[in-house]
Amino acid sequence: MRLSNLLALSVMLFGYMFMPVLAQEMTRQFGSVEPTRSLIIRSTTDISVFGSVVEAFLDTQPGLAITYEQWGSNDLFELSLSECREDVPGADLIISSGVHQMVKLVNEACALTHRSVQTSGMQSVLRWRDQLWGITREPAVMVYNRALVPSFEVPQSRFDLLDLLRPSLSRYAGRVATYDIERSGLGYLFAFSDSREATTFGALLESFGRTGVVATCCSAEIIEGVAEGTYLIAYNVLGSYARSLSRNDDRIGIVLPQDYTLVLSRALMVPKQARNSADATRFLDFLLSPLGQAELRRVLLWSPLLDDEGESVSETSLRPIGLSPSLLVSLDKQKREQFIKRWRSSFP
Amino acid sequence: MLSWHITLATMSLTARVSLAVATLLLIGGVFVSFAAFTYGRDAAREAYDRLLLGAANDVAASISVQDGKPLVDLPTSAFELLALAPDDRIAYRVIGTDGETLTGYDAIAVPSKRSKSNVQFYDGDFIGEAARFVSVSRRFSERDLNGTVLIVVGQTLLARNALALDITRNALAALTVSGAAMLLLAGLVVRSALKPLDRIGEVFARRDPHDLTPMDPAVPREAAVMVSALNDFMARLDRQMGSMRNLISDTAHQLRTPVAALRAQADLAADETDEADRRVIVERIHQRSVSLGRLLDQMLSRALVVHRSDSVRREIVDLRDVALEVFESEDHHLLAPWRDVNLVIGDVQILVLADEHSLGEATKNLLHNALKHGKGTVQIGVDVQGDKGCLWVQDEGVGPSESIRNALGDRFTRSAASKGDSAGLGLSIAKSVAEAFSGKLHLSESDDSKFRTTLALPIAGGKA
Repeated sequence: MRLSNLLALSVMLFGYMFMPVLAQEMTRQFGSVEPTRSLIIRSTTDISVFGSVVEAFLDTQPGLAITYEQWGSNDLFELSLSECREDVPGADLIISSGVHQMVKLVNEACALTHRSVQTSGMQSVLRWRDQLWGITREPAVMVYNRALVPSFEVPQSRFDLLDLLRPSLSRYAGRVATYDIERSGLGYLFAFSDSREATTFGALLESFGRTGVVATCCSAEIIEGVAEGTYLIAYNVLGSYARSLSRNDDRIGIVLPQDYTLVLSRALMVPKQARNSADATRFLDFLLSPLGQAELRRVLLWSPLLDDEGESVSETSLRPIGLSPSLLVSLDKQKREQFIKRWRSSFP
Repeated sequence: MLSWHITLATMSLTARVSLAVATLLLIGGVFVSFAAFTYGRDAAREAYDRLLLGAANDVAASISVQDGKPLVDLPTSAFELLALAPDDRIAYRVIGTDGETLTGYDAIAVPSKRSKSNVQFYDGDFIGEAARFVSVSRRFSERDLNGTVLIVVGQTLLARNALALDITRNALAALTVSGAAMLLLAGLVVRSALKPLDRIGEVFARRDPHDLTPMDPAVPREAAVMVSALNDFMARLDRQMGSMRNLISDTAHQLRTPVAALRAQADLAADETDEADRRVIVERIHQRSVSLGRLLDQMLSRALVVHRSDSVRREIVDLRDVALEVFESEDHHLLAPWRDVNLVIGDVQILVLADEHSLGEATKNLLHNALKHGKGTVQIGVDVQGDKGCLWVQDEGVGPSESIRNALGDRFTRSAASKGDSAGLGLSIAKSVAEAFSGKLHLSESDDSKFRTTLALPIAGGKA
């Protein structure tokens, strides 16, 4: 018995050595110094944004320590999937903006089921199978440089953006940025959702390719580039980041596209092999409680752009990316290959 | 066990019918529930199988050939179709012409047996959960690709089970409601159907204990059996009580005079000093008491006859047996040994429906009358006249006096009693017997001045 255990352990260790190197971007410890319980959260959300929410939760949970690991969405997905398949305990809670990846994890029976008063009160698009919950509300927006883009040229919709890029000598050529969909799970999700949403996507791809749109990584960098004037306009960046930066930086303007605005809800799941699922579900219930909601609003993950701020778009043009098994299509091997091939052909 | 028995025997009809209906409903309910469950399961399976097939066909249609390879452009619509079962996990796998998985989950099993149809449904397992799969094959006959691509689409069973449960539950709810309604209705119907019984019971409860008149027979057919049986019973009771009353009053009436006479004689005897005179008186007392005994005998016999005619079941009796028995009892040798008595019977049975004992008593009384009051040879005979079987006693006298004949049928004849003589009573017994068995008593004189008393009773069945 013991021998076989040892054998299994060594096989596991051996297996780890040859696994692709997946690493978190950042880790931070929260909570009591002498904890009686501990909780590991892996998330794609920046610690700087989410940290205060975690602390608000810890205020209600004495004796709990939280290890918060910040990950890129693709790495997090791969790690979670392999841990699920090999039944290795890892995170107790996973929060990712790559909701299509989360849907796939749930579809592969990697998640624990949880029902509570809070979860049953949620909209159906924000939960799937009682295993996956959408906890935030963040629009995909266009960000522009206030100084360099005259107000009459600020694109209010994708059509306006197409119009700006149409002239052969457009000064926007080469100065529009968007996510690199191969490196960013979120970028892929937005692009894929765009392709499903409207035919504009084909025109956008064509015009992005023609005018040499820059595909790069990560919300913060892109928005920083816009602020500094490297880029004039950024397409499909996460509104929550843009909004938090624009609070302290009046160089940045934010537009919710009028034709339609994708709305992302970061997905949360408790892996089936979680060691501390009790505190994990407690954290979920906290996020859904009024206290947690207020905290999420405060850190702009429940975006004020969509309700109380002036330039809101009409409710009908909002397109929430619902937690539905149809998101599986985006991760289909051949579909993904074709989609990326199509993308790449536009970005030489 | 015993108390259970009693409970069962005294259980109200309403409860019986309700119990029967409830049992019926319960058994029916079990069957219908089973049927509803089966139906629900099948309906859910069919509905979601179509969804599955639709999705699989969607996927199959999306396959194109590029550079000699099948390329799956997985359609979102297929998954949106499958997402109509909102909480079910989706499994899919596309297998190329040379058996390699083009896309989807490698681990999904393909149908184990080959089917001629290019669509095949089967049950399986998808990462730890039972699931339903459909496989659809699509043939390619292109220049650069020739073969079959197999598309497998599956789904876990949550929505199916929920729908099956829902259908079953709805059916059961309807069943329960209608069952309860039926039970209630059955109770009401039974109660109203049994209302006549309550009415009858009420009539009985209100009835005076001495009231033995028949009940109103206008009741439902089922209860009429009971009511008519009750009426028969009461009529019999009435008759028997009547005869008992008669017996008592007759006895009191008839015995008073002879007993008074006896007492007078006894008083005389007590006062008489002369031995010879006293002997005469004692002799008279003896005669009187013999006559009284005879009277008593007859009265009891008559009471018995009347009682038996009501209470004893009628049987087939051969009149010849009755005549023979009376003849052979040889009472007449004791009463009048000097008289000739003959038996006149044939060799053919004469069957009537009567009580043998009563007939015997009646015949004995007639024989005694003939011996006592008649003359010459006495004959006891049996014959058939028309549809009647006749038992007769004949002598060569003139028969009873006119007054006795007229009084015939009265319960008693005072004169006879007072004389210590009982000719009328004997005839009265015979008449009662005849009438008790739907017959008649005839008194007749033949041409050759013989007197005959005949008991004529309807012949029963066929003559052998």
